[in-house]
Parts: sequence; structure tokens; C-alpha cells
Amino acid sequence: MLKYSAKRLLQSVVTLFLVVTIVFLLMRLMPEEGYFGEGYEKLDEAQREAILASMGLRDPIHIQLKNFYSDLFKGDLGESIIYRPKVAIAEILKSKIPYSVKFGVAAMAISLVVGIPLGILMARSKNQLWDKLGTGYIVFINAVPAAVYYLLLQLYVTDIFKLPILYNPDRPSSWILPAISMSLGGTASYAMWMRRYMVDELNKDYVKLARAKGLREKSIMVRHVLKNAIVPMVQYLPTSLLYTVSGSIYIESLYSIPGMGGLLVDAIQRQDNTLVQALVLIYSSIGIIGLFLGDILMASLDPRIKLDRKEGAR
Amino acid sequence: MANSIDKSIDESLFEFATYDEQQAEMTGYSNYSYWRSTIQVFMKNRVAVFLLFLMIGLLAFTMIQPFLPGQKSPTEIHIDENTGMQLRNHPPDKEFWFGTNSIGQDLWARIWSGTRTSLLIGFFVGLWEAIIGIIVGALWGYVRRLESTITGIYNVLNNIPTTILLILLTYIMKPSVFTMIFAMCMTGWLNMARFVRNLIVIIRDREYNLASRCLGTPTRRIITKNLLPYLVSVIMLRMALAIPAAIGYEVFLTYIGLGLPISIPSLGNLINEGRRVMGVPTLRYQLIFPATVLSIITISFYVIGNVFADASDPRNHV
Repeated sequence: MLKYSAKRLLQSVVTLFLVVTIVFLLMRLMPEEGYFGEGYEKLDEAQREAILASMGLRDPIHIQLKNFYSDLFKGDLGESIIYRPKVAIAEILKSKIPYSVKFGVAAMAISLVVGIPLGILMARSKNQLWDKLGTGYIVFINAVPAAVYYLLLQLYVTDIFKLPILYNPDRPSSWILPAISMSLGGTASYAMWMRRYMVDELNKDYVKLARAKGLREKSIMVRHVLKNAIVPMVQYLPTSLLYTVSGSIYIESLYSIPGMGGLLVDAIQRQDNTLVQALVLIYSSIGIIGLFLGDILMASLDPRIKLDRKEGAR
Repeated sequence: MANSIDKSIDESLFEFATYDEQQAEMTGYSNYSYWRSTIQVFMKNRVAVFLLFLMIGLLAFTMIQPFLPGQKSPTEIHIDENTGMQLRNHPPDKEFWFGTNSIGQDLWARIWSGTRTSLLIGFFVGLWEAIIGIIVGALWGYVRRLESTITGIYNVLNNIPTTILLILLTYIMKPSVFTMIFAMCMTGWLNMARFVRNLIVIIRDREYNLASRCLGTPTRRIITKNLLPYLVSVIMLRMALAIPAAIGYEVFLTYIGLGLPISIPSLGNLINEGRRVMGVPTLRYQLIFPATVLSIITISFYVIGNVFADASDPRNHV
């Protein structure tokens, strides 16, 4: 277990280092307008050079990289240039993250509470009505791009139930639809995996033995199958939980929630290089850390797991 | 007593038979054909068959649509003859079947042109995924010396969130169809490689493959008869799913402002245009029409892919 964790940690650190470096280098390829705020056109060539040099962008690339890392270790992500000129990015994030986490956690709670029972129900009524309805739902959510059903939900559900179209911190009724929309994808994936793991477990021999012993179907389900099937589900939890920080790009910009997802869209559209860089770094670190925690959690719950063997071909 | 037994026995049964090569072959003969069984199993799923024909029809239609009589150009801006103004937001009627958009372009023509663009992206991404994924996956699974190297690289790359890589690549490169395809190919082949590798590792050491090798079966025959049938299901599934995924990513990238230039109609661009005007109830058709066409296409490919993957899995053949 310790050896596994150490190996896995090393892997994550290497990945993180590579990703951060690659992101940094790629961002150097961006047009340099992104480093000037208003009035890029008014500056002449010498002034531009002076500004770029003062930002350290004319140093050799390895020095830039070194400075970048030393700033990063101090927790300094740099300053925004266009989005909110001269404001530290950490400051901007501090005001955004609480909104995203609030909605993210709510959506995650909904999808867990709905998705896992749905998966269990589908596994129990395999090839019957509930299974077919659930499969239809999962196919729809997986196949159709999220933007499409989010838009349609916002369009029609707000009409039918007379809900506010945009987010308003003072009106709790305006929080319902964003949270529910955000939970749809999670619900589908929890239900799908839960069903698959349940069906896998139900086909195993120990279930036959339990039946032969004369255990009641209910206690087989709860005490044997469910316990085994829920373990692999655990690996998705850290990632989902961490990703609540990043917020949903679609939902936040659709309902004008002032969170992280909307920030990324703004930063991209206004070409604020340092902000985009900081956000991309945060998002990829979240992904890498989430996967790491998920694997460690799995390994501590299931002693059979080894690093170099991943289960399942499909 | 002995006499009566003699009489009841047909003496001819005890004569030597002449060796007939054809008849000898008959006992070991099975009319099992991989592809026929696959199609048979696929055909049992009525929904998938219906969607398959729908998609064939739709594909054919998108190809021939520009050559049909009375079709308009997807980028031409129509002018009202009476007022000399652009025909903005013209509701659907006989002239403009799906209406016009906010600058007076024919939505019907734009939807089919957009479908062409999006499907083109999807096909190329699927194809590249398959090519790179199969080559890397095969090397990974078959060449034992490369195994740990590729596993290391895979673990690093797989930890990078797909959407982030897509955003980064499209942010840096100029918006174009090539950028789209390139960015999606960079992220897409990983899964394919892993699936192919896992299957090859499972199958390569099975007894029947060992037996084939011992019997001197040529490698080509081992690959085509023993390995490929098991891989076809996975490859087809991934390729079929690459199309809805590519369309979804295209919509996503367009939404956050990194999509194709607006001069190239694509489903993502159309959805985005529709979104801008959806606040006005009478203009909602500009969102509903592209969204419906897009949903039908993505759902169809998703369902066809999954059903075909099940059908082409030899374990489901009886």
C-alpha cells in the first residue's frame, strides 16, 4: 500500500510538472497583445518592448520558467491584465470560488442521491421498464452535447414553472434550475457505472452461493452485492468533489453565476493570457490530484489493486 | 439362432467405404461466418436498424443537398426586394423552410452545410483515432520491450484533463477546421490505444493462439482470424462514438469562443447563433432546428455504435 502510494504520488508529481511546463511554454506562443491592457495600439514599438521587458518576457526562456516556478511556489499566480487590470489573480479567484463550490456541491449531492439508487433500480429490473427508461436517459445525456439540453431546459423549464431565468443571490428559487441542470450529467454517469458494477457482481458465483444458502434477495442485494459494487464508485468521488471548484462553464455563463466557469470563458474571449494560464493550471492540477486521490482511495479500500494493472477492457 | 442374426444384419454396412475427400470435409464444416453473424445480431435490434437507415439517408441527403434544385447558398445574405433591407429573422415559410437567421441567411441551407462540416470533423477525428490508437495499442500490447515506456507515457498523458488540452490548443492555434481536428486528435487516441492494448494483452496468450502458432499458422492469418474479430467491436465502438464526441466538443469550443470562424457554418456555430436570439419566443426556431438535427445525429451514432459493438463481439454470436 505504501509502495503503491509513493509510486502513484511520484507519477502525479511528474505529470503535474510536465503539464505546468508545457502550459507555460505554449502560452509563450500566444500573440503578445494579450499582455497589454487597453491602448495597445497607442504604444509604439519601443514602449511595447519596454513593457514586455519589465514583465520579464524578454528574458531567455529558461529564466522565465525559473521565475515562474519560484512565483508559483510562493502561491503567486500573477496579475490579470485585461479582465481586471493589475489585480492579483489569486484575489479574483477568491471572490469566484465560493459560488462555484456552492453549486457544484449541490449538483453533486443531487446526482449521488438520484444516480446511485437509479443504477441499483436499473440493475434489479434488468431489461424491464425501469432499465429501459434509465438507459434511454443515459444515452440521451451521453450522446447529446450538454449545451443543447442546458439551453432547452433554461428555455422551457423557466417558462413552465415561472422560475427566474438568471441567477439572483437574493432569490433561492433562481438556484434550483442551475443546480438541477448541473446534476444531470453526474446522475447519468453514476447510474451507468452503478448499474454496470451491480450487474457484474450479480453474475458472480458468490451470489449463486448466497441464493443457494437461502438468503433473502434483499439481504443479498444490500449486504453482498451493493457493498462490492459501491467500492469502484468511490474512485470518481475525489475528482467530482474537486471539480466543484472549477464550476460548470456552461451553467455559470448561461445563468450569469459569477463563478469560476464563467471566468474562464471571459478570460478566453478577452485574451487575458495570464488569467487563462492560471486557470488552465488550476484545472489541470485539479484533474491530476483528483485522479491521484481516487486511486489511493480505491487502493486503500480494495487490497487487490496493483499499480500496473488496470481492470476492465471495456 | 446364429442364422437369424445373420439375416437381420445388412452385410453392406461391413464393406470398406471409398474415401471421399469432400464428405470427410463435411463433418468439420461450419457455415459460421463472422460478418454474417454480426449483421444477424445487429439486425435483431430494431431501433438500431431504424437509426442506421436514418443516418444513411441523412448522410446521402447532406451530400446531394447542394445539388438539388431550389437550394440556397448557406452564406448568401438574402435581401427583401420591396424594402431593400436584409431579410432578418424571417420566420419559416414556403420560401425559407427553416426561416432565416439574424443577418438574413437561409437556415435550411446552413443546417445541412453545418452538418457536413461537423460530420467531416467527426469522421476525420474518428479515423485518426483509429489509426493512431490501433498502431500504438498494438505496439503496446504486442512488443513487450516497449510496454513499460508506453505505459509511463500513457499515465502522464491520461492525467491531463481532455477539455483543458482542447481549450489550450484551440486558444493557441488559429480557429479553423484543421485546428479543430488536430486538437481533438491529440486528445482522442489515448482511449483507443488503451482499449486495443488491453484486448491484445488478453488475447495474445490464449491457448488457441498458442495452438495456432504451434501449428505454424501464418501471422497474417492469426491477426485476421484470431485477433481482429475481437478488436473490431472495440474499434467500431470508439469510431462511432468519436462522431458524437467530436460534435459535442465542437459545440463546447464554439460556446466558449474558440470555435470555427462564423463564415463556416457548423452545428456548433448554429447552436451558438440560436442561443443569442433564444430570449425572443418567436425566434426560438433558430435554436430548435439545429438542436434537433444535432441531437438526432449524435444519438443515432451513439446507439448504432453501441449496438454494433455488441453485435460484433464474437461472444454474442450463437
